[in-house]
Amino acid sequence: MKNMNVAISISVATFTALLGAAIGRDEAFRAHMWVAFAVLGIATIFAFRNVKFAANGYSFPVEDQSKYLDGVVRYGVIAAMFWGIAGFLVGVVIASELAWPLLNLEPYFNFGRLRPVHTSAVIFAFGGNALMATSFYVVQRTCRARLWGGNLAWFVFWGYQFFIVMAATGYLLGITQGREYAEPEWYVDIWLTIVWVAYLAVFLGTLVKRKEPHIYVANWFYLSFIVTVAMLHLVNNMAVPVSFLGSKSYSAFSGVQDALVQWWYGHNAVGFFLTAGFLGMMYYFVPKQAGRPIYSYRLSIIHFWALIFLYIWAGPHHLHYTALPDWAQTLGMVFSVMLWMPSWGGMINGLMTLSGAWDKLRTDPILRMFVLSLAFYGMSTFEGPLMSIKSVNALSHYTDWTIGHVHSGAMGWVGMVSFGAIYHLVPKLWNRERLYSLRLVNWHFWLATLGIVVYISAMWVSGIMQGLMWREYNDQGFLVYSFAETVAAMHPYYVMRMFGGLMYLSGALVMVFNIYKTIRGELRSEVPMGEESIPFDSATLQPAR
Amino acid sequence: MSDHNEIDSVSGVETTGHSWDGIKELNNPLPRWWLWTFYACIAFAAVYSIVYPAWPGFTSASKGIWNWSSRVDIRHELDAAEQAKAEQFAEIKSHDINAILADEKLRGFAVAAGSSIFKVHCATCHGSGAQGSAGFPNLNDNAWLWGGKPDQILHTITHGIRDTSDPDTHSSQMPNFGKDAILKPDEISAVANFVRQISKQDADPKLAAVGAGVFKDNCSACHGDTGDGKIEFGAPKLNDAIWAYSGDLAAIERQINNPRHGMMPAWGKKLGEISVKDVAVYVHSLGGGE
Repeated sequence: MKNMNVAISISVATFTALLGAAIGRDEAFRAHMWVAFAVLGIATIFAFRNVKFAANGYSFPVEDQSKYLDGVVRYGVIAAMFWGIAGFLVGVVIASELAWPLLNLEPYFNFGRLRPVHTSAVIFAFGGNALMATSFYVVQRTCRARLWGGNLAWFVFWGYQFFIVMAATGYLLGITQGREYAEPEWYVDIWLTIVWVAYLAVFLGTLVKRKEPHIYVANWFYLSFIVTVAMLHLVNNMAVPVSFLGSKSYSAFSGVQDALVQWWYGHNAVGFFLTAGFLGMMYYFVPKQAGRPIYSYRLSIIHFWALIFLYIWAGPHHLHYTALPDWAQTLGMVFSVMLWMPSWGGMINGLMTLSGAWDKLRTDPILRMFVLSLAFYGMSTFEGPLMSIKSVNALSHYTDWTIGHVHSGAMGWVGMVSFGAIYHLVPKLWNRERLYSLRLVNWHFWLATLGIVVYISAMWVSGIMQGLMWREYNDQGFLVYSFAETVAAMHPYYVMRMFGGLMYLSGALVMVFNIYKTIRGELRSEVPMGEESIPFDSATLQPAR
Repeated sequence: MSDHNEIDSVSGVETTGHSWDGIKELNNPLPRWWLWTFYACIAFAAVYSIVYPAWPGFTSASKGIWNWSSRVDIRHELDAAEQAKAEQFAEIKSHDINAILADEKLRGFAVAAGSSIFKVHCATCHGSGAQGSAGFPNLNDNAWLWGGKPDQILHTITHGIRDTSDPDTHSSQMPNFGKDAILKPDEISAVANFVRQISKQDADPKLAAVGAGVFKDNCSACHGDTGDGKIEFGAPKLNDAIWAYSGDLAAIERQINNPRHGMMPAWGKKLGEISVKDVAVYVHSLGGGE
């Protein structure tokens, strides 16, 4: 008998969810447990269908343990694309809701409930799956070792998808801790902790049994991401549930301490999830795609340690001019300023790795994506320290400038490096000769680039305008604009932002089509990038010498 | 890093001799400009943290060489702003609202101040341009529920409408003619038609004729014999085209049956004497003031 343990475990979990739906103390919790019951119920059916019985004396063939475990990477790549489309789509929806408030459909689809669905879907579902899939791929190759822990990596994958579904449905039901980027309630947090510890175990276990003498820099970054996110998650989510059968909990911290813990978490979610993790991705895929060595080993060491040491202190810059004591605000600001060069170390190492390979940009749109990604990384890691300076922050804080800043990092850096990695991975993972079409990759590149540019310029203009309108005084020293007037003034930029997002989403849909065709094994007959016409098939027609 | 590490043929730079899945690393030094900019940022941070409060101890933190504090800073700014206008504020305080309106300079100042206060506290209901919306009167026209003379506007703003926390608030309200069975449903329908007629809208003339009698017996005490309204009760004028909610027949019937009563907070105790005077002058100056 094979796979029976898994099937039984999932059915027990399904029954537990049903119990929760029956005896939960509040309506939201019961509804959420019904969702869990439905999801786990479907999983139970699949798990039992996967149970295999053997005749007497027959033993199942054992999976070849000398090969890499790539099945979970393939699933991760598809999950990343699925959640990416979901997250970008919700982004376009909420951008439209801001531009046209009528679209706020109460109660499940208003802005307040959909906004965390968007942020969690793009950061944790799209970004998280991209990080997990690439880290599993990279750590095996750079350690020359199969993933540690047998099927534990599969538990990490499916456990993480279950976390995403529970988080997102919880938001729609109105279940939230009200902590930005840490909205899931206590029971979903506990589940994520279990999954994350398993992730750490798989990654560390693989590093330990590596056959390479040294640990490659990509793995330092991946490991720092996994360890730090575990620490951030545990501390920021310390809370006391009102009932162990209820959906509400109260934070262990209060007042300004609570705010500081939240932004220590929030900023380092950016620092270690969206920066360190994706730098790990960059350090493998950029040299691979460019076919060039990493520019500077020394730079990679210095900027790695400087980055992880400095980042962890920068959170208080989210609380400038609040009840947070001045000394803590100062520290948040100066650490952010010192962070500028360590952040740029990654950009320099990535871009300079291309020296000797710049000509490839003409013919390789995947490499273009990596270069653009690094450019946006450099821009937003300059903008970040700039915005942390108190006098700049006095203008930028609470305005759309912040939204633009986050999106230049998220869409430009995180999105583009992930797309590039997916394009690089898919032909290898599915053993295809090449992608279905490089020209479509180029289309994706331009749609995404234009989308980002439209998005962030609209937000710069609207954010700075908003900040200036808020602080506008007339010559007698009285405020000039009402809040509603500043909102009305932003309407055109909200519409532009929605179109920017729509372009970005369209690009991602082009990618899904391209990847689908690639996985099916189709090859588009097309003029190669940088050529004028389809070349003769050299196998059948040799040019005269 | 021994000297027999491989040399990269493109850049001529030595590699570190490691290779992971085909990825090698060049042994380039740190870019100088990068290193010096990093040092400069660290130096800036060090100096800044000496000048400004930064270093935490067990019970307090370093105060910096200028003893700067954001709370003191904002206090100074607010005091300076207050100081700059102290003279005008004193004059507003000592003058009667009619005297303020008569003095062009004082009036200009009060309008500017009132407009700013209005944007923060009043625009939420009355709109940024004081244009109102359903249930919230337009303040630009000359229709006034509680009177459009400066003193009347000031009183309304200061004490609010049906704000039970203020003993001087405007408190009269329309009875629930239908809900409390003061009028029968057909009487309500008739008087609603009469109201439609006097406001020059389509109405059933027969019902309106019946309604005229109902109006005289039940409504005229507050709304006046001809529907002109009475400001002492906050009873709206009914023979014009301005409606607090709606002039539809169904809406009028609903209002007679089970009236909605608008409410406005008493701003006097929230904003203080000077600010409510400023707002009253501003509202009076919008065009409809009497």
